[in-house]
Amino acid sequence: MADEPLVLGIETSCDETGVGIVRGNTLLADAVASSVDEHARFGGVVPEVASRAHLEAMVPTIDRALKEAGVSARDLDGIAVTAGPGLAGALLVGVSAAKAYAYALGKPLYGVNHLASHICVDQLEHGALPEPTMALLVSGGHSSLLLSSDITSDVRPMGATIDDAAGEAFDKIARVLNLGFPGGPVIDRYAREGDPSAIAFPRGLTGPRDPAYDFSFSGLKTAVARWIEAKRAAGEEVPVRDVAASFQEAVVDVLTRKAVRACKDEGVDHLMIGGGVAANSRLRALADERCEAAGIRLRVPRPKLCTDNGAMVAALGAEMVARNRPASSWDLPADSSLPVTEPHVPGHDHVHEVSKENLYS
Amino acid sequence: MLLLALDTATPAVTVALHDGTDVIASSSQVDARRHGELLLPAVDRVLAEAGLKLDAVTGIVVGIGPGPYTGLRVGLMTADTFGLALGVPVYGVCTLDGLAYAADIEKGPFVVATDARRKEVYWAKYADSRTRLTDPAVARPADIADQVAGLPAVGAGALLYPDTFPSAHEPEHVSAAAMAALAAERLAAGEELPAPRPLYLRRPDAQVPKNYKVVTPK
Ligand SMILES: [Zn+2]
Repeated sequence: MADEPLVLGIETSCDETGVGIVRGNTLLADAVASSVDEHARFGGVVPEVASRAHLEAMVPTIDRALKEAGVSARDLDGIAVTAGPGLAGALLVGVSAAKAYAYALGKPLYGVNHLASHICVDQLEHGALPEPTMALLVSGGHSSLLLSSDITSDVRPMGATIDDAAGEAFDKIARVLNLGFPGGPVIDRYAREGDPSAIAFPRGLTGPRDPAYDFSFSGLKTAVARWIEAKRAAGEEVPVRDVAASFQEAVVDVLTRKAVRACKDEGVDHLMIGGGVAANSRLRALADERCEAAGIRLRVPRPKLCTDNGAMVAALGAEMVARNRPASSWDLPADSSLPVTEPHVPGHDHVHEVSKENLYS
Repeated sequence: MLLLALDTATPAVTVALHDGTDVIASSSQVDARRHGELLLPAVDRVLAEAGLKLDAVTGIVVGIGPGPYTGLRVGLMTADTFGLALGVPVYGVCTLDGLAYAADIEKGPFVVATDARRKEVYWAKYADSRTRLTDPAVARPADIADQVAGLPAVGAGALLYPDTFPSAHEPEHVSAAAMAALAAERLAAGEELPAPRPLYLRRPDAQVPKNYKVVTPK
C-alpha cells in the first residue's frame, strides 16, 4: 500500500475548486471550495466569477487537502490537473497552479481529462475499474455514454447529448418553476412527493430510427415549460411536485434505458454512473432496478465523488503513474474542448502510442 | 536575496531573476493568447540561464495588474503556488508601476497606459518613475483626455490611442526585470509591497453563456 502512487489532483473546470489526494485507489483527502452561491442569482455559472473564485480558493484548498490527508507535499509522486474540457479561463487557473506546484516540488505533472476522471473516481469507492467499463456521465455540462477498456488510454464515446446536458434541463425547469439554482437537488426533493406518471412528457430520441445511444433534452425542456405556461395562462395552479416528478422521470427513464441497452449490445456487465446528476435519487433507484433485471452490476460513487472534485483527478493521475504513462510538459495548455478520447495530455518529447483499433466493435 | 519576478498582466510573458543588486537573467515574450503555456517554460529557462534551481529563490515578485483577467491570473496563480511550495514570501507590484519604472523618467509628470481591451485603457499618472500620483483606473481614452493633456505617456495603451496620447513612446510592455529591480529597491528601503491580489478594476461580466458547461464532443 505504501508503494502505491501518492498523487494530488486539482480540478477547476467549472465552479468547484477541488483538491484531492489519493494513494492508489485509496482516498486520503477531498477538499472542495465552491463558488455556486455566487452564481445562484444569475441562474447559471458565470465564467469570470468562477475564475476569480478559483484564484482565491486555490492555495487554502491545497493546504486543507494536505492537512486532511496528513501527508507532506514532498512525498507526493505526482500532481494531476484537469486540462479540459471545461471553461477555458477556469481551467487555466488550475493548470497554472498545478504546473507551479509540480515544478516547485520537482514532481511530474499529469494533465488529465475531466470526463475520464469522472469515471476513474469510482476506483476510490469500489476498487479497480472492471475492463471494459461502461460509463454514463450526467451533469450540468455532460451527458454521455462512454466505453473504456483502459481509463488511462482508451475511452470511446458511444453516445452523447445532441443539445442540452441533462443537468442543464434540471436547471432550466427549476427556473421555470421558480425553485432557484442549481436545479438538480431541488427538483429531486419536490419529485419525491409527486407522481412520476402524472404527466406524460416526451422521451427524446427513443424512436426506432433514432440514434441508439445519443440523448436530447431540449425538446423535453420546451415541452415542460410549455405545459407550465399553459397552466399559468389558464389561471390554474401548477402542480409543482407532479411536474418535477414527471419531468425527472422522463430524464432518468431515457438515461437508464440507453445505458442498459449499450451494456447489453456491447456485452459489458458493469455500468458506472458519474457526474453531478448521479446524485439524483430517482436516477440511482431506476438504474438499480433496471441493471438488476438485466444482470448488470451497477457502480455509483457516493454523491460527493460524483460532483466535480479534485479526488477524481488525483485518482486518474495515480492510475497514470501506476501504468507508467508519460508526464505532461511545462507548456501544457488548458484545452476547453479536450476530446474525451484523450484521457491525458502527454508531453511532446515522448510520443504516446495508443492503439486506434476499436477493441469492442 | 534572490527574487523571481513575473508578470502576465500585459501581452508580454516576462520573467526575471534579481539578486538584490542586479538582474541576473530574464526573458520576455509577447503573445497575448498563450500566457499559460509560455510562463513555466520561461521560468525554467531563466533559472537554467542563471545556473540556479527554484529553491534558491528567497521571494517571488508578481505583477498584480491591472490587466486582462485571464492572462493576469496565470502570473498570480503561479506566484501564489510557488510561494506555497517554497515557503517564501510573495510580493505584489502594480504592473503600471513596473512600466513606469522601466520608462526611467526622472522628471514627470507622465502617464502610463496599458491596453484594457473594449476600447479602454488601464492608466495612472506619475510624478517620476518611482512615484505614482493617482490610483490605477480603467477608462475610455477620450474620457481622460483632459487629465492627460500635454503629458508624455508610455505603454501599449498610450501607443494605441494617439488622439489622446500624441506623445506616446516606448516601453510598450512591462518587463519583469524592471519589476524585480523596483521591488528590490523598495524592499531594501524597508517599504511594504502590496499583497499579491489582482487589480481587476471591473466587475465580472455577469452573463451566463448559453452552453455554460462544455458538452462532450459528439
Ligand atoms: Zn464534471
